[in-house]
Amino acid sequence: MRARPRAVLAVLALAGLAALIAWAAGGLTPFGTPSGPANGVVRTLVHERHAANTVNGVTYDLRGLDTLGEELILFVAALGSAVLLRHGRGEQVDERADEEHESASARTADVLRAAGTALVGPLVVLGVYVVVHGHLSPGGGFQGGVILAAGLLLVYAAGQVVALERVEPTALVEVADATGALAYVLVAVGGLVFAAAALENFLPFGTTGNLLSAGTIPVLSVAVGVEVTGAVALILTELLDQTLLRGGE
Amino acid sequence: MTVLQVVALAAVAAGGTLVVLVRDPVRQALVASMFGLALAILFFAFQAPDVAISQIVVATVAVPVMILLALTKLRDDEERER
Repeated sequence: MRARPRAVLAVLALAGLAALIAWAAGGLTPFGTPSGPANGVVRTLVHERHAANTVNGVTYDLRGLDTLGEELILFVAALGSAVLLRHGRGEQVDERADEEHESASARTADVLRAAGTALVGPLVVLGVYVVVHGHLSPGGGFQGGVILAAGLLLVYAAGQVVALERVEPTALVEVADATGALAYVLVAVGGLVFAAAALENFLPFGTTGNLLSAGTIPVLSVAVGVEVTGAVALILTELLDQTLLRGGE
Repeated sequence: MTVLQVVALAAVAAGGTLVVLVRDPVRQALVASMFGLALAILFFAFQAPDVAISQIVVATVAVPVMILLALTKLRDDEERER
């Protein structure tokens, strides 16, 4: 296709898209209006499920099945990247790349090493906090999980890839990935066993605002947190491994 | 609409355009990271903190790192072939 017709086509398509978006946005209720269907959802979650953070109430209770699907998508994505990136049996660690990389880590600026190392602890605490307080304040399993996985990146940025290699976190993150996914499915089946339907909230709801409240919502949040930490860390570990330690064939 | 919301919308519009205009993939990864941060601020300004928290880590840290690692690997392979 020549450049001019292509540009005309693009402009037409984008103009159409812009018109559709403007039309759709025009039909929304004004920003901040306390009415509409969202009101009923908030009432159900706060008064019946005792979940202070209604966003996670929707994610892990009313729409728990959607989250199950999303979680399994991430699980399969991590599995796929591990299968693609993992070095084959014949593929040996390139000694030269290993040495290059050792000297590269020695070159990491002291400031970066110190700051990175000092921040790992607080970051992990923040991640765990966000995971377990999902039903009370903004956050939850996915958000906390990616924060925890970012802790691994921080170790890498501080030039401690060699330390990572010695600890061999691959097995650990694989287990976390699988355990989180399995735990979610088990809670879903628990709904069938202890209540009427899969993913029904079958635990006691407790008092709104307590750490142990809202029934299965915090349990599912922790399951997703473990799974997301494992999945994102697995993808990053495989990429780091493939890029830094194996030098090709 | 508050001032913060207007500023965040403008930053997102500018950031998105910049990501498209930058041609070098390495720079593009960093510009995309800044664009992700602007989006996170936009989500905060429009009262969606849950989305903003995941946006901060995924778009400003995880995705650029994955892009940079993939680029490093590609360049290594190119050098080896020469």
